[in-house]
Amino acid sequence: MEHSVRHTILFTAALCVVFSMLVSAVAVGLHDRQLENKRLDRIRNVLGVAGLSEPGENLSREELLARFESGLEAQLVELRSGGIVEGADALGFDQRKAVRDPELSRVAPPNRAKVRRVPHHGLVYLIKEQGQTRGVVVPIEGHGLWSTLYGYLALDIDARTVRGVTFYNHRETPGLGGEVDNPNWKALWPGRLAFNQRFDPVLRVKKGRAGPPETDPYQVDGLSGATITSNGVTNMLEFWLGPSGFGPYLAEFRKREL
Amino acid sequence: MSKPRAILLDPLIDNNPIGLQVLGICSALAVTTKLSTAVVMSLAVLFVMVASSVSVSLLRHLIPGSVRIITQLTIIASMVMIADQVLTAYLYEISLQLTVFIGLIITNCIIMGRCEAFAMQNRPWPSFLDAVGNAGGYALVLLVVAATRELFGSGRLFGMVVLPTVSEGGWYQPNGLMTLAPAAFILIGCFIWVVRAWRPEQVEEEFHVGALLEPGYEGDLR
Repeated sequence: MEHSVRHTILFTAALCVVFSMLVSAVAVGLHDRQLENKRLDRIRNVLGVAGLSEPGENLSREELLARFESGLEAQLVELRSGGIVEGADALGFDQRKAVRDPELSRVAPPNRAKVRRVPHHGLVYLIKEQGQTRGVVVPIEGHGLWSTLYGYLALDIDARTVRGVTFYNHRETPGLGGEVDNPNWKALWPGRLAFNQRFDPVLRVKKGRAGPPETDPYQVDGLSGATITSNGVTNMLEFWLGPSGFGPYLAEFRKREL
Repeated sequence: MSKPRAILLDPLIDNNPIGLQVLGICSALAVTTKLSTAVVMSLAVLFVMVASSVSVSLLRHLIPGSVRIITQLTIIASMVMIADQVLTAYLYEISLQLTVFIGLIITNCIIMGRCEAFAMQNRPWPSFLDAVGNAGGYALVLLVVAATRELFGSGRLFGMVVLPTVSEGGWYQPNGLMTLAPAAFILIGCFIWVVRAWRPEQVEEEFHVGALLEPGYEGDLR
């Protein structure tokens, strides 16, 4: 059917207004729920890596929050000095937002993890048992084959022995690099040592099989068919446990807790 | 078969959008490593397809011919954004796995194809049936491919262990190819083969380049 130019312009204008209002209404209406989902997902991951929930355990919102409340304490850390920022809203800190803000981050030194900017601050979680600190969870991220992997590494009270590792967001090949989130592979990590005697971050994912943690503490089995993802994990450990990452904080932590 | 029934059921096998028209296969490759993602993707496509076909059909007398494609695209894109927002609010974990592929429903040729070819000329009720039928045809292929890939690629269905794999202490050595995108190509090829063996009328006319030069060629130049 033929329509006048006037009709065409009015129609397109009305269409845009109506549909953008529809989309905005849905987005605004669901916003709180989406934020809550993100928050719970983060809590679920931190609890898992800290060993406060079993793999595959299905916890309700209340259980998640209760375990988080009793077992973890969020701390905002200044990366360069390793000091704790007292009285800060630690849980409100968003690392991905911070690295986009030149005020809150700086250009990263050349590194193999392909981290471009480091935030001035970092959010860590203390693992608590009856009020006693038992360990610490630090965030890690870095490039794999296709994507940036985001995860957490949990360390024991010596800030050296690994308690667990997890990756909560990545786009690696399912079945190959995607096996970073396989519980069987993650189960190989606890008991390994993230640092050597001089506290250099030396833990790496090797090609092939590593021995048991007692005899081969500085290596983890590689993911077969996923060398680049495996190397990516090694590189991100090196960066985030090193001097530009949480190295200074973990040194302070050791001094304080031991 | 009565007409509404034909509109609804035809796209399942006889005129399957993936099988016969070979449309929309890009997303069929990406979301079919697991059944759970394929089911959610199918539902999202169903919602977007129905909502946009019905909207286009309701507006069909008002849509100016000169801007009809961009109008359809605006409607489809709005529906996709709504679907995406709802998924992140209610099915957060699955939305993390589907990520960009929900957004890419906008570029799924099946949806725009149905708006342009059917909803622009028909009343809302038949357009609704046509959308449900085509989304069903898409879902059928997605689910068949996903079930095969998940079963043979990781020994599971809906995440439940069916064939215990060697790495988890069982006997089944999973087929790694099934977890990669090429497996979906091969399986969709097999699906088309089976359907065409069953319904030979779907087989396209044999085509060779030389036919173009022959006098009197009247074949379908697709």
